[in-house]
Amino acid sequence: MSNPSAQKKMATREAYGEILAELGEKYPEIVALDADLSKSTKTDVFAKKFPDRFFDMGIAEQNMMGVAAGMAAAGLKPFASTFAMFAAGRAFEIIRNSICYPNLNVRICATHAGITVGEDGASHQAIEDLALMRALPNMTVIQPSDGVSAKALIEASLEVKGPVYVRLGRAAVPMLYPADTTFEIGKAMTLRDGFDVALIATGIMVNEAMKAAEILAEKNITVRVIDVHTLKPVDSEAILKAAAETQLIVTAEEHSIIGGLGSAVAEVTAEGCPVKVVRLGIMDTFGESGTPEALMKKYGLTSDHIVEVVLKNLK
Amino acid sequence: MSHRNIALETTARQIRRDIIEMTHAAKSGHPGGSLSAVEILTTLYFDEMKIDPAEPKLADRDLFVLSKGHAAPVLYAALARRGYFNPEELITLRQLGSKLQGHPDMKNIPGVEMSTGSLGQGFSTAVGMALSTRVTGSKSRVYALLGDGELNEGLIWEAAMAGAHYKLSNLVAILDFNGLQIDGTNDEVMAVSPVDQKFKSFGWNVLTADGHDFDDLKRVFAEAKTCGNAPTVILAKTVKGKGVSFMENQVGWHGKAPSAEERARAIEELGGADHV
Repeated sequence: MSNPSAQKKMATREAYGEILAELGEKYPEIVALDADLSKSTKTDVFAKKFPDRFFDMGIAEQNMMGVAAGMAAAGLKPFASTFAMFAAGRAFEIIRNSICYPNLNVRICATHAGITVGEDGASHQAIEDLALMRALPNMTVIQPSDGVSAKALIEASLEVKGPVYVRLGRAAVPMLYPADTTFEIGKAMTLRDGFDVALIATGIMVNEAMKAAEILAEKNITVRVIDVHTLKPVDSEAILKAAAETQLIVTAEEHSIIGGLGSAVAEVTAEGCPVKVVRLGIMDTFGESGTPEALMKKYGLTSDHIVEVVLKNLK
Repeated sequence: MSHRNIALETTARQIRRDIIEMTHAAKSGHPGGSLSAVEILTTLYFDEMKIDPAEPKLADRDLFVLSKGHAAPVLYAALARRGYFNPEELITLRQLGSKLQGHPDMKNIPGVEMSTGSLGQGFSTAVGMALSTRVTGSKSRVYALLGDGELNEGLIWEAAMAGAHYKLSNLVAILDFNGLQIDGTNDEVMAVSPVDQKFKSFGWNVLTADGHDFDDLKRVFAEAKTCGNAPTVILAKTVKGKGVSFMENQVGWHGKAPSAEERARAIEELGGADHV
């Protein structure tokens, strides 16, 4: 796929703010809730446009999720936002028992996910949220890789019956897709085709995988890059096809290697087409303060790391 | 007790017998905290709330959330006796395949407005329901039954803060104030008193009532409608295990089912076998 707007950058949270305010016009039943972070999560865009449909719940994430559940039960379509740490982490059991168990239409749009929160350090770097959300029955789990996919997938999430978790980032990332690209929840995007190695990535790591593919191409290694924007239900078909058609699978995610994309791909391949899967992510450790770029380098989340892993494992 | 409450009293006795029969048949469940809330639910479902069992999703209906979800038997019995489903199903409580789960499941039981059981959460969802009327324009009033032990949960106070902040005058919390929780009395386990002052300082209207007196309950539900721009909490003084002599005020009957012999004694005290 061509990459016409690669120079333009946008954080997925910015895209969320814009599309939520747009959707608010079309759907009067959409309401937004935040936990005193609306300027950071970008729900403030919606809040300014629809002050009567925005509810700040204060620094009380558990109650925000309970309130969202009650509003969904009453027929509204709530979008609840805070940092991923406090959404998936602190409010986990309310999400489980009051949102997922009754299968209510709550969209949890969690921002500042992963290690690229940066300087705030480990206490604010959610690297377990995909594992937590993926384990919940009824939950759909989405992580867009750029602004275009973020907008399209958040809009598409309105068609999902039941709860949706959308994992969004703080840092600006390059646009990977042309603005008119269409996305389907549960259907991975193949950004580049190849038959030596498949790089299966999610979120900001899709861009790193694309850069790695360029470097590997110069070494005459053909690379398939798959953007798994839906972690659950995961696109087993695309994963099994990659397992059958390539020599090696490397997964890349800004998340613990336990329970996220790497685990999902290993689960699918182990059952359907056993091949070697190398998981690249945060190696079961906490992060620390630093710039996003420095942290990605230190914790092994760059295109160079991907290239290194491919060269080491490709026979 | 006034003469005009005879029908409510008859219904309450029936619901108490149902609770005993259900927990006996299930060989588990929570009779103590179900029996303490019988008059509260009877007043709500048979007098106070604007509901229609023939149309469980009626627009603008009043909503009830059993935040103390372990008292599921009293909710199921009230719903069945009100006509939401066949009372014969009550005996399937907690059985494999029954819609009457150990704690309420809104997906499968007509009339259950929210799945509850994990303490504190129901109250929070009730705040959400009450707040949603700002957007939907619904005239619903929202009632949530809390346990006194449940007040230990931090989420209760997050929800209380939000209820007052958003001036939810359509929200009424009823505290089933029987003074007992699993490990002992409220004050032994985690002192929560003074409950009235805590809610007052959070910005709530605080009313008190005898939780077993229909006239008193009707009075406070009416008064809650004239409380201005704030949510109301009713501190309903109750007796855990109420109506069954050997269960009254006994911590041990929080989560224990009556044996065959205990069932027989309880049913006899409650006016004999089911005659509805």
